Amino acid sequence: MINKVVDNIEKALDGVEGNMTFMVGGFGLSGIPENAIDALSKKDIFGLTCISNNAGVDDFGLGLLLKRKQIKKMISSYVGENAEFERQMLSGELEVDLIPQGSLAERCRAGGAGIPAFFTPAGYGTEVAEGKEVREYNGKPHILESALTADFAFVKAWKGDTAGNLIFKGTARNFNPLMAMAGKITVAEVEELVEAGELDPNQIHTPGIFVQRIFQGEKYEKRIEQRTVRTKE
Amino acid sequence: MALDKNQIAQRIAQELLHNTYVNLGIGIPTLVANYIPKGIDIEFQSENGVLGMGPFPFEGDEDPDLINAGKQTITTLSGAVLFDSATSFAMIRGKHVQLTVLGAMEVSENGDIANWKIPGKMVKGMGGAMDLVASADNIIVAMMHTNRQGESKILKKCTLPITGVNCVKKVVTNLAVLEITQNGFKLLERAPGVSVEDIKNSTAADLIIEGEIPEMKF
Repeated sequence: MINKVVDNIEKALDGVEGNMTFMVGGFGLSGIPENAIDALSKKDIFGLTCISNNAGVDDFGLGLLLKRKQIKKMISSYVGENAEFERQMLSGELEVDLIPQGSLAERCRAGGAGIPAFFTPAGYGTEVAEGKEVREYNGKPHILESALTADFAFVKAWKGDTAGNLIFKGTARNFNPLMAMAGKITVAEVEELVEAGELDPNQIHTPGIFVQRIFQGEKYEKRIEQRTVRTKE
Repeated sequence: MALDKNQIAQRIAQELLHNTYVNLGIGIPTLVANYIPKGIDIEFQSENGVLGMGPFPFEGDEDPDLINAGKQTITTLSGAVLFDSATSFAMIRGKHVQLTVLGAMEVSENGDIANWKIPGKMVKGMGGAMDLVASADNIIVAMMHTNRQGESKILKKCTLPITGVNCVKKVVTNLAVLEITQNGFKLLERAPGVSVEDIKNSTAADLIIEGEIPEMKF
């Protein structure tokens, strides 16, 4: 068994530098690697390219890095919840590549799976297709999308073991397993870290081979973006 | 009387077919889940990774690890399943999800839809909308017939950056139900008390009007 455990967040982030490309898991604020983001936001690293479905909110998630202008470029599918993001984008300070969510997920998966590019119908005939090769399959036009990889992928799981195997909970899974595959160095943070052998191999979502470093996060705020409830009759 | 948002959702719910998988977009589409006709079994898919989505949780039961694509807290029904984003879009792109209901800023008579960007003003991103409209066999748009300035959102050609081409099959607005045919928008139904003339006056695109146009029934 290869032990992937790092003792602390500093060791987890060892080798992180400015101008690197990071993947950051999560959908909205659900399933984001809170501890890694917090630590990155305290480092003096700038010029980052971040691949993440969303950009956090003004004071949480990737919003923390945006506020310090650590991010040069965002690759995302939806960025509607962050006023500072919109301001930096419209003023031209921040470079933004918006791509369809399914293409984003598949580009990460492809990056980790050794598939350099693929054809998808999503985005054909739109701005997203500009400059991309178009090919017809089964009478329908598709556009060529390329794989994504990153210097570091930061992901968050519910449980993990010392071998780096991961289990996610609820919809906090989202992009995390795909980004874990596509990181040159994948740093997984978990709510509960257990010994190898304690997780049922049948229930593991992400095999430890995709994870280089794992640690148990110190705390999780797990902020809810849209609290919606119904009242008991 | 023009419909309110809930009534638009209620009318769209009549389009739901038994034993199908459906993806509901943010806004009016989300309300469709409140009006599923009796005897119709539907499983709702949310592209962030859940199939078998249930209603909002009771107060105190909210789980930050269980949200829909609008980032709202949700519940799951028995038989629900959770998965990653690539699997979710395999369901969508692979046409396993049969119906997509989504909102729009503009729809054109050839079935193009625009709903993700207003250049220079609003850039929130397309989220999963481009994947959804590129693949679903049936796409219904839920929206108000006109914008806040009273201008038609039913157009000959979209003026905003489009989300997908030739994809919308039906549009349900506060005034009318429209089908997109090879020859353009066909008026199928009108909101109760709204005349064909009213609808024509609020519509920039040409309308195909054949015979008597019935009122929507609820």
